[in-house]
Amino acid sequence: MTEAMSLDDFPKGPDAPDYSEFAGQDRVKTRMYEDPALFDAEMEKIFGKTWVWVAHASEVPDKGSFKLSTVGTQPVIVSRDRKSNVHVMVNRCRHRAATVCEVKQGKTSSFQCPYHGWGYALEGSLRAIPYTEGYSADFDKGNFGLKKLRVETFEGMIFATFNMDAEPLEDFLGNAKPWIRLFMKQGGGFGVKVLGEHQFRVPMNWKIQLENTTDAYHFPIVHKSFLQSLDGEASQTFSFMDDDDGYVEDLGNGHSVMVMMPELIDLDENLDAPIPERFHDLAESLRDRYDDAQVRRIVRAVGGCGFNLNLFPNAACSLSFFRILRPVNAEETEIRHMALGLDGGPAEANQMRMRLHEHFQGPMGFGSPDDSEVWERVQRGTKGDPDGTDIMVNRGLGLEKTSENGLPVGDISAETGMRGAYRKWKEMMA
Amino acid sequence: MKDLAVTDLTLDAAIRFLWEEADILDRQDYQAWLPLWAEGGMYVIPIKPDTDDFANNLNLIYDDAKMRKARVDRLQAGFSISAAPPAQSVRTVSRFVVTDQGENSLTVRSALHVIEDKFGRQRAFAANVTHELMLVDGEIRIASKVVRLLNSDGVLTSVSYLF
Repeated sequence: MTEAMSLDDFPKGPDAPDYSEFAGQDRVKTRMYEDPALFDAEMEKIFGKTWVWVAHASEVPDKGSFKLSTVGTQPVIVSRDRKSNVHVMVNRCRHRAATVCEVKQGKTSSFQCPYHGWGYALEGSLRAIPYTEGYSADFDKGNFGLKKLRVETFEGMIFATFNMDAEPLEDFLGNAKPWIRLFMKQGGGFGVKVLGEHQFRVPMNWKIQLENTTDAYHFPIVHKSFLQSLDGEASQTFSFMDDDDGYVEDLGNGHSVMVMMPELIDLDENLDAPIPERFHDLAESLRDRYDDAQVRRIVRAVGGCGFNLNLFPNAACSLSFFRILRPVNAEETEIRHMALGLDGGPAEANQMRMRLHEHFQGPMGFGSPDDSEVWERVQRGTKGDPDGTDIMVNRGLGLEKTSENGLPVGDISAETGMRGAYRKWKEMMA
Repeated sequence: MKDLAVTDLTLDAAIRFLWEEADILDRQDYQAWLPLWAEGGMYVIPIKPDTDDFANNLNLIYDDAKMRKARVDRLQAGFSISAAPPAQSVRTVSRFVVTDQGENSLTVRSALHVIEDKFGRQRAFAANVTHELMLVDGEIRIASKVVRLLNSDGVLTSVSYLF
């Protein structure tokens, strides 16, 4: 054979079906949770096209800081260059594909491929190649920087997209923006900082996780053993299924907010209210350094917000932490629960934040293992009659009101947020 | 535990104690596990591999006696779906190294391997475990226990029993 086959002729599969039909108004097809071809289409049409949460600014605090992350299934590096600009680049050498970084987080002046020594700057450009004489004169290093994504930030949250034509991040976040600003008030007058994270893998499709952050209905059932471990005052905070003032609001673009404790929407309000007993020791400890107003602000910040903000497709600002999902394959998802604290705030306040986080979250918390169990049970259950029986997300339909944004608002246990997310899913998969 | 009463905290006595603890944890007999602890003992499973400052870092577990009891109550009360039933485990403890020794105390680092089974799928965990042991009225008690899981700062899976 003298003529090489053009790579353009490499055989392609049949055209993909129109998966958007899988999502209906009040239900979705079970295959949504388990079809590998549909998963591949999601990675291309959703995670390859929209803004994806990749990191918080406090994870790359200084010039030269970097952190590994993912966009869909693709490994990326989030870095801060010498001018403090943040970059997101695919973690893959442009030569023969080896990852150029396997350190999870740290500081560096460059990234070097371990295979043939190609060196890249913090902003991704190719700087050095060993033995350049092996390349002809028309080889241009300028064409072989790390593949870069578009990057924009909002309130310290860093988002990236492969889609150079994507709408501005702030337009995409839309009605979620005021809720993000409210969430960041738990910096208590300091900034918000990532203190650490719990990471665990669950044999489930990523959308089971996407649904869960806007699902208050499961809380008293799945988390009964967590609720039993609280004292009376703290368990009152989690009585939202029995109260009638919580709600779920569709914010558009797949985003939604679930308000469990309306009195904890704006942490700058109600600062004159009595300090709950479980925070008395913390408040007393702070009084030697802070005046009464600051003590109250810090204590209220330590308790966290009273809502879950779901940001399509992979992030949530959940009560007092970030919940980030990473799709692995159709039946495998990784979860990150990132503990947040007061950046430069008092040590005892951040200690209490971490102890509260450890109580519920993570692979050995009092809550997450039970979530993990039911998510796996969903995935196992979908093997039953996958083509005949649908997944129902109809709770609250017919009972919803309309928000001032013209979007649906349901009661606290309504599946309004899931329907909003699936409406966006359907739009993007068309 | 009566047959394990000792007057001298030797490595041999410590190893027998650690094997007894491992057996109790595999049997999930947590009511027998709680009294093994000395007053003020901390049970820690850190995330950061290289820190001893557990209070100022996020951990998987950071339990004093009160949290330990709450944890055991949760695992046994029957209301936690992940622990009703829990995964079954089989563990071995070996490669004992004495890292510190006092008149009535002994610090032992050991290797822990755990295989768990649930839904017919098995998962493995490995850890370096450091026990600070002390003699209290002729009985060995745990003054602190730090379990450093391999990949503790990476992606794990949820756990419905104790290491």
